[in-house]
Formats: sequence, structure tokens, C-alpha cells
Amino acid sequence: MSEAPSVIKQACAAVASDPSRLIDVLRTVQAQCCCVDDDAIDLIAQALSIPRIEVDGAVTFYAFLSKQPKGRIPIRLSGDIIDKLQGAADVAEAISQELGVKPGETTADGEFSLEWTACIGMCDQAPAGLIGDVVVTNLTAKNAREMIRELNKHKDPKKLVKQPGDGKNAHGLVRAMVRNNIRRPGPIIFSPINRGEAIRKALGMTPVEVIRAVKTARLRGRGGAGFPCGMKWEFTRQSPGERKFVICNADEGEPGTFKDRVLLTELPDRIFAGMTVAGYAIGAREGLVYLRAEYAYLKEYLEAVLRKRREDGWLGQDIYGKEGFAFDIRIQLGAGAYICGEETALISSAEGLRGDPKNRPPFPAQKGYRGCPTVVNNCETLCCVAKILEEGSATFSEHGTEQSAGTKLLSISGDCARPGIYDIEFGTPLRDVLEMAGAEKTQAVQAGGPSGEMIGPDQFDRTICFDDLATGGALMIFDESRDILEIVHAFMDFFVDESCGYCTPCRVGNVLLKNGIERLMNGLGEPGDLVQFEQMGQMMKACSRCGLGQTSWRPVVTSLQSFPHVYKSLVKEDADGFRRSFDLKAAVTLSEQITKRSSVNA
Amino acid sequence: MSESKFTVTIDGVSISARREQLLIEAADEAGIFIPRLCHKPGLEPFGSCRVCTVMANGRPCSACTTPVADNMVVENDIDKLHEYRKQIIEMLFVEGNHFCMFCEKSGDCELQALAYRLGITAPRFPFLWPQRDVDASHPDILIDHNRCILCARCVRTSRDLDGKHVFGFVERGPQKRLAVNAQAKLADTNADVTDQALDACPVGALLRKRVGYEVPVGQRLYDIEPIGTEIESVSAKES
Repeated sequence: MSEAPSVIKQACAAVASDPSRLIDVLRTVQAQCCCVDDDAIDLIAQALSIPRIEVDGAVTFYAFLSKQPKGRIPIRLSGDIIDKLQGAADVAEAISQELGVKPGETTADGEFSLEWTACIGMCDQAPAGLIGDVVVTNLTAKNAREMIRELNKHKDPKKLVKQPGDGKNAHGLVRAMVRNNIRRPGPIIFSPINRGEAIRKALGMTPVEVIRAVKTARLRGRGGAGFPCGMKWEFTRQSPGERKFVICNADEGEPGTFKDRVLLTELPDRIFAGMTVAGYAIGAREGLVYLRAEYAYLKEYLEAVLRKRREDGWLGQDIYGKEGFAFDIRIQLGAGAYICGEETALISSAEGLRGDPKNRPPFPAQKGYRGCPTVVNNCETLCCVAKILEEGSATFSEHGTEQSAGTKLLSISGDCARPGIYDIEFGTPLRDVLEMAGAEKTQAVQAGGPSGEMIGPDQFDRTICFDDLATGGALMIFDESRDILEIVHAFMDFFVDESCGYCTPCRVGNVLLKNGIERLMNGLGEPGDLVQFEQMGQMMKACSRCGLGQTSWRPVVTSLQSFPHVYKSLVKEDADGFRRSFDLKAAVTLSEQITKRSSVNA
Repeated sequence: MSESKFTVTIDGVSISARREQLLIEAADEAGIFIPRLCHKPGLEPFGSCRVCTVMANGRPCSACTTPVADNMVVENDIDKLHEYRKQIIEMLFVEGNHFCMFCEKSGDCELQALAYRLGITAPRFPFLWPQRDVDASHPDILIDHNRCILCARCVRTSRDLDGKHVFGFVERGPQKRLAVNAQAKLADTNADVTDQALDACPVGALLRKRVGYEVPVGQRLYDIEPIGTEIESVSAKES
């Protein structure tokens, strides 16, 4: 373990004591000291000249930071439902036995800690986990045991990668056992790339023409919300401000989503080209990639791609010889928080704060990162931008439907023969997608991840597009052997963990919904519970402060709508009209102990 | 000056508002009460409790963070919103440990008063009975976390009006809680009994020691008239 004061001094100096780089400082201290404890918090607050409570608030907000010592090699198992259904519990048990610690604990020698974490974006090769920053996939109890035994000898997670995955996963700076699993490349995103072409074309137009091209292509945001990209750019361009920013949202945390992982691995040039085009269009000189902590294994490689682009004249001053057009990109790592995929929470985090969403208005286009007009686009959206510039708006919008132009990357996981990435035309029926993936005896599909909707076979003719079955990319498939309530419970557990806790409806509502599902699972549900679920869902949708709480009730309510028989079989009225979940005996136990007498009739 | 005035309609009543004014402030000035907890005039808008959710041009938004727009049509006093607000207040009650009968703030408590005004007799949700601490370390000030509703009124007041940063938040989700600018206790901060932050608390989470019950229960602010009356009556007199 390194000496905390010197680590802190260096970490703060590395960011010129800029408090907006707090997350970088905290990540460094966590990595080198295994924790950011109260004394470290005091020192950091002093060095950055901010109140200690702000540092404390940030440390305790992010899952990858900890005030209690973690192992020098933290082991994090992906705890989403797909990983769980594919045997993650057996893997956890095996590792627990090898290390002699339970999830949440650290070994006595301080070498290892074991914990569950939210989806790490590897559902197509589940069960998976992170050992330090190293991704381990396709885990079994057996190979997990072997890994731990080997690690105990050399203590170097990187050496666990014997056979790197396909494509750039084998690149010297990545060397991950991750596989891309690109099952259906499609005509747009994965089409051959002509490096530099998108920027060259854009610089031949005026910024307004570039925005018009994106509008003509009818490109809508691929992160989930589907806001028209050109309009977002136009608002940002029109906002007054000397300094503007382009942010690439590479924080895909929606369980079951992993498409951006593959784009960052295989097409970073296309993403960076899209960002540069956006910078030119809105008048920004600075770009930021907010990369989720789970994808830290890609950081060095992405930095190298950025360096090469600078050498080639596609980043930096006078890009492509265009006098006066300068643009550069920095990578900002997150620290483990699903909420930071929400664009205003992402901005808070990039500013060194707790990942709380911001009040809107003002929108990021008016007042975003550091208070400046900011465009935040998803990785896939930026790839589409590059393609639109490379080959023209019409080539893009000839695919898909009127309201949903182009194609959509799907991350398919769960009970199917071929999990992975599919680039499909908007308007494709779900039934066809399931067939492509080799899904059989499908009971339910979760479209769009937990915040999307759960549907059954009677709705498989619905089509993938913004105005029917909208999805940010995740399709989780569950066959007839799966328990619907177990899946819903896992999703609510996720939202309880990942709510930032800022607003009442989300902070409390998720807990109450999760507890309600538990009552049903324990045989204590009653018909009134189902009415209450729907009432709560309506309130959370209307009153929550951001997209998380506005959608986190959906696992319960959409599954209730799609599988009413499952819920109805689990509820009944109490014969005496009492609340079935109320246990009178348990309720009076404590008072009986205190008063030392038993209650009458209890 | 007339061009800087906006017209806003709330439940069919036309009011005038200043450009960039928050909806809740425009409503207050017009004598229309929109229920709220985390909003306090003079503090930066926060928008955490969501009690002031209204429908503006058909879309839900928090009145305490939303600036007025010209010809905005607002719904406030409608059944659907009453139902939402009741759920939110009930959630706050079951999330903490609120025992009005033992609380020094009873009668002056905005949470309690809103529950009465909205006609809540008992929460529909099961109580969560969390384990929460009391920080009595400071000689003159008490923090009872059982009653805290995370509205950040003390956080904002200490930061922006007292210039001190005594309070902040740690953890996230259901574990999110009020914390102080020291490793452990309020006594280790520069909090003082004269801080305005202490007057900002809408509930009984922040109290001055040794001054309790100066006004007897039964004669307190909301014992006399329901919360919101001050807004509805003051401007009725003015207009």
C-alpha cells in the first residue's frame, strides 16, 4: 500500500489542483491506497480547496470508491439478472471458498476483495467480472477457482488473459479476453470506414450545412430518448457562449447493453470523427469522452487512437488544414454509477461532483459542462453522424422508417443461441430479431433494459423503432423456464442501488416497489398491492426528477400488464380483511420482551 | 416595462409574472398556493421533494425549478396532482421515523402541516423503520436524522447565506443522508447557534437546544391556520 499523503499530493498536482477533476483524484487514491478514508478526504479537500463534505459526498456516491479498505485486487462480479441466470452465484461461491471471504468482504492480508457490481456490459459472455480493471468472461465455478489460484501466485490480473478476444480486443493496449460477438454487421455502423472522410466533407460545408445534413438524415439519439440530433446541435450552436463542449456519452450502464463497448473497441475513429464534426457544427473546441469505469480497460488504447489522430492532423489546431478550426478530446473516466448515463448527471460527475442530475431547464444545450453550452451524444449516434457525413443524408435515411431513420444496434443477451450485436433496420419485427438470435420457447423479452418494457409472445409482432418498441439497444431474452417475478425483483434491486436519492419518488418509490414484489414472492400479496403498483408508477413517471425515476417503475408495471396471470396467481384477499403482510405476532414481540408479559390473543 | 411581463394561467386564473421568475414565486405573489417542501424563497432552487409538481402546458414539472413562460397554462389544484402529492408526502413519512406526538416541531412542521392540508390520515405504504442516528454533540444544536427529509434547505442556507458549508449529503439512493463538514460530528464543525441554516429546516431534524416548547403546542403556526394560508391571505389583502 502506498503512502496516502504523497499519493494525494501527486494526484492533485496531476490535475493542477482543479476541483472539477476530483473524480480523477479519487480514482487514483482508491487505486493506490485501496480506499479513500476520512483522513484522505481531509487532505484532498485541503489540496483542492473545497469543503471536505463535498469530497465525502463524492467518495460515498460512486460504487468504485470506498472509505473502507478494499483489496489491492478488487474482484467485482457482474450481478445483473443475465449473469445470475447463467450461473454467477456458483462463480461467487467458488471464489468465496477460494478466498475465504464473502461478497462485500476483503481478505485478511488485504490482497483481494469480492463484491457484486451492476452490469459490466458483458451479458453476451456471461457470467463475467472485473479483476482490477481486467475483464474476465464466460466464468464457471471451475475456471474461476483456477483463476484465483493462479492470481494468488503472480498477483497480476493481466496475466489471466491467455487468449485475447477477436478484433481490437487483441490489440496490444487492450489485450482483453472479451469477444465482440458482432453477429449482424448491417449496412451503416460497421460499413468500411474511410478515416478522415467525415471531417473532410464536413469542413467543406458551413456549420449550418452540417447541421442541416444531420437533420435531413433524420438522425435521432441512440442512447434511448431519441431526441433529434440535428435539433440538439442547432440549439447548442445558437446558445451564446465563447466556450462550448461536445461530450460523448460512453457510460452505457443499462443492464443488458454492451453495443458501445464494441463501438469503442472497433470504431473509436468513427466516434471521434463524429465528435469532431459535432465540434465544428456547434462551434466547440473541446470534447470529452465520459467512459464508464467498467470500460477502463479500453482507456490506454483509446488514448493511443487519439494520439494518432493528432499526428494525422484530425485533432488539434487547424484540423485538416482548415485555419482556425481547432478541436481536441479528453477521456474522463467514471467511478461506477448508472445514473451518470443520464446526461446532466454525467455532466455533474465530469465536473467532479456527486453524479446528481441537474435541474432542467436550463438544458445542456444552454448551460452544460462548466456552465457552457454542451452537446451530449451517445457513441452510436456519433458513429451515425460520421456515416452521414461520409456518404450523405439520403444513404442513411433510406434505411428504417419515416420516424426512425437508419439502423439500430441491438445488444442481445439471455436465452438464445447467438447473443451479441445486431445492426437491424428500424421497423424490424421483434419476432424476426428473436429468430436471428436463435431464441426458442421465449417467455418474455425485456426491450430497452430494466427501464424499458417487458413483453410476452402476444406482442412479438411489434417492431423495433422509436414509436413502437423503443430501445436504447438492450434486448434480454427469457425462456419459459424463467421466473418473471425473480427477473422483476432483480431489476428493482438494481434501481434501488442506482437511484441517486435526490428526489423522493425515485428514492422511496423503488424501495416500496421492490418490497412489494418481495411480498408477492413470499406469498403475502393481495389485490390492493397491484393497484398500488400502478398508482405508484403513474406518480413516479410524472413527478421524478430525471429519466431514472420516470422509468424505474416500468419493470413492475409493464410485466404486470404483460403477465397479469402471473401476478394474479400470487395475490389473494385475507379472509378476515386484514393486511396479509402484517404479522401481529412479530409486531408485538419486542414490546412483549420489554414488558416481560405476553399479549392477549396475539 | 410591460413587455417584460408574462401572463400565466393557473387553474383558469390569469396572473401576471416577471420574465425569468420561477413559477412557484409567481403563484405565491398572486396568492395561489402550490404545496412545497424543499422550496424556500431566497435559496437556490433545488427540486428534490417533488411536492410542487404541476402540469405546465400539459407536461409535469416542478414549479420551484421551472421558469414561467408567456401564456403558460398551468394546472395545480386538480385531483390527479393531489393524489401524486399525497403519495410523495406519505413516502416521506414511511421513509423516516416521524413521531409527531414527541416532536418539538409539531405544529410548526411543514411536513405535518402539508399532510393535514392534503387530508392524509395515515400513509398507505408500509413503514420502513430505518435505523438513524441523532447527533447531539454540539452544545447548542441537535440533529435528529430520523426526521430529515433531505430537502437541502440547511445545506443551501449554510453554503449561500451563512457562507459556511456546514452541511452536505453522503451516500446515494435510500442510503443518502445529511452529513456535516467534519469526520464525525457537528461539534467538530464551525456551526453556530446563530446560523440561519437552523431556521431553514422544514421539519424537526435541526433544532436549537434548551429553547423547546417556548410556544405551547396548540398555539403554533399551523395549529392556528393550515399551511398555505399565509400565501393565500397575504396577497388577497394586497390585491
